[in-house]
Amino acid sequence: MILQAFLIAMVVLWLFPLFWAVYASLRPYGDTVVHGYLSWPANGLSFINYQNVWTQGEIPYYYLNTLVIVVPGVILTLLLASMVAFCCTQFSWRFNLIVLMLFTAGNLLPPQVIIVPLYWIYLHTPIPMLGSIDIGTKFSFAIFSDNNLLYDQYIGIILIHVVFQTGFATFVLSNYMKTITKEITESALVDGANVLRIWWSVVLPLCRPALAAMATLLFTFMYNDFFWALILLSHGDKRPITTALNNLQGEFLINNNLIAAGALLACLPPIIVYILLQKHFVAGLTLGSTKG
Amino acid sequence: MANPTTSVAPARSQQAPEAGALVARRKRRYTLLTRHDKILLAFMVGVPLTLDLVLIWGPTVASVVLSFTNWSGIGPITDKNFIGFKNYQFMFTGYTLFWPAFLHNLTWLAWLTFIATPLGMFFAVLLDREMRGTRIYQSVFFLPVVLSLVVVGFIWELQYAPTDGFINNAFGLVNSGHLIDWLGNPRINLFAILVATSWRHIGYIMILYLAGLKSVDPSLREAARVDGATEVQTFFSVILPVMAPINVIIVVVTAIEALRAFDIAFIINQGKNGLELLSILITNNSISEASLVGFGSAIAVILLVISIGPIVLFLSRTMRTLA
Repeated sequence: MILQAFLIAMVVLWLFPLFWAVYASLRPYGDTVVHGYLSWPANGLSFINYQNVWTQGEIPYYYLNTLVIVVPGVILTLLLASMVAFCCTQFSWRFNLIVLMLFTAGNLLPPQVIIVPLYWIYLHTPIPMLGSIDIGTKFSFAIFSDNNLLYDQYIGIILIHVVFQTGFATFVLSNYMKTITKEITESALVDGANVLRIWWSVVLPLCRPALAAMATLLFTFMYNDFFWALILLSHGDKRPITTALNNLQGEFLINNNLIAAGALLACLPPIIVYILLQKHFVAGLTLGSTKG
Repeated sequence: MANPTTSVAPARSQQAPEAGALVARRKRRYTLLTRHDKILLAFMVGVPLTLDLVLIWGPTVASVVLSFTNWSGIGPITDKNFIGFKNYQFMFTGYTLFWPAFLHNLTWLAWLTFIATPLGMFFAVLLDREMRGTRIYQSVFFLPVVLSLVVVGFIWELQYAPTDGFINNAFGLVNSGHLIDWLGNPRINLFAILVATSWRHIGYIMILYLAGLKSVDPSLREAARVDGATEVQTFFSVILPVMAPINVIIVVVTAIEALRAFDIAFIINQGKNGLELLSILITNNSISEASLVGFGSAIAVILLVISIGPIVLFLSRTMRTLA
C-alpha cells in the first residue's frame, strides 16, 4: 500500500541521522581517515571512541552534575506546582485565575527576555556558604554556595529550573486537579484534617498519573536545558552534560567519530527514559494541551 | 458543572429551599478553614508565587525599564543613565545585526508555521487511521523530541560537514570538488538548521495533534462518510473546525518555539554569519561579549512584545476552563 510505503520511507528518513551518528561513533578514526566516512568498515567496528570520550571527556563526571541539578529540580518543581494547583483548584479564592495566569504566562516567555536582570540578580544575591559534599577528588557539591552567590552554583541552576518549570507544571496539574471534585477536600476538612495533610495524603495520591507524566517530562526538559547552564554557570566543572558537550567540542571531541560518540552518550539517558516511560511522556505533553 | 456547589448563584432565585441549603454548604466551606489552614494555604501559594514574581516577572519589568538606560551593569543607576528611546533608535537604524536577526526569527516562524507544523499535523492525520505499525511510526517520529537541541545540532553537523558530512559525500560533491558548506554559507545555513530543528518539531506537533484527533467524536467522521464526503473534504470541513481549540494551542506552541530559538544556532557558530537571532543578540550584547545592559534589554523588549501575542492567545483559550 502507498501509505505504508510512504510511512516506512519517512521512518527511514527520520532514523537516518541517528543511525549515521551511531555508525560514525563506532568507526575507528584511522579507518575513516583512510576510507572516508561514506565507506564500509575496513577494520571492523569498535567502542574505542566511546572509551576515549568516557575517560578523556570525563563524561561520568558531567552525568553526575546533571543528576545533582535534575533530581532536586524535578522534585521541588512538582512539590511547589502541586501546592499552587491544589490551592487554586480546590478552593474558590478571588485571585485563583490571576495566579494561574502569572505562572502559565511566565513559562511561555522566552528565557532570553528575563536573562539580563536575572544575571544581575544572580551576581548580587548573597547566599551562605555551608561547606560542601566531596565525592572523590574532583566532585565537590557545594551546599548552597561556594562563592556567596547564586551565580555559578548548582543551587542557582536548580532554582531557575524550578521557578521556570513550576509555571508549566502548575498549568498542567491545575488542569488535572480541577477534575477532582472539591467535595473530597471538603469532607476531609470536616474530618478535621488540615490543608497540608489534605494536599499530601488526599489530593496528591489522586494525581499520581499526572505527577508521573510531569516527572518524566520535567526530567527531559531540565536534562536537555542548554541556555540556563550556559549563562548562569561559569566554571566548566559545574556544567551539566548537555552544556558540557559544547565545551568538549574542540577540546576533546576533535573528530567526527568522537563528536558522534559524545553526542550519543549525552542523549542516552533521555532516550532510555523515553523508551521505558513513553506512555507518561506523551501523556505529559498532551495533558498540557488537550484538557485546556 | 456536575458539582452543585459550584453553581450556587443562578439556583438561588429559582429554587428557594434547595438554594438555601446550597448557600449554607458554601458558607460552611469557608468556615471549615481554620486560621491555621488559611496561613498554610497562604504559604503554599505565597512561596512559589514570590519566587515566580522575583525571578520571572520582576526581571521582565526590569528589562523594560533597563531598555531606556545606558547602564553597563556596574554601580547604581542614576537619572543620568536614562536616555529615553536612544537604544531603540540605534537598534532600528544603526545596529546592523538587528534587522537580519529579526528577519531570521521571522523566517524561523514562517518555516515552522508553513512547513514543519503542517507536516506534523499531516503525520498525525495519517497515524490516526490506526493501521498496522502505527505505534512504531509514532515512536520513531517522536524520538527526536526527547533529544536536546544541542545533541540535534551535533547529530546534524555529521550530515552537513563539508568534506566529512554525509550529504556532500552521498551526492558526490566531495569528489567533484563542488563542496556545499551547508552550515558555513550564510545564504543557506539558516535553512540547514531549520531542517534539523524540524526533525524535532514535527514529532512534537504530531503528538499534540494526534491527541486532539483521538478526542474527536468518531460519529462525526461517520456522518461525513455517509454524506459522501471524501477524506480530504472530511478533514478540512469537519475535523479541522472541531479541532479549533487544539489548533490554537499548536499555533501558540509553534510561535513560542520560533521566538525561543537559541540553542542550535549557538551550537553551530555562536549565532553568527547568517544565524543571528534576537535571543542571541540579547545575550551577546549584555552578558557574553559586551556589557551593554540597556541595549541588550531593548532587544529583549522587542522579543517580549512579539511574545505577548501568542501568550495572550494561549491564556484566553485555556484560562476560561481553569479555576
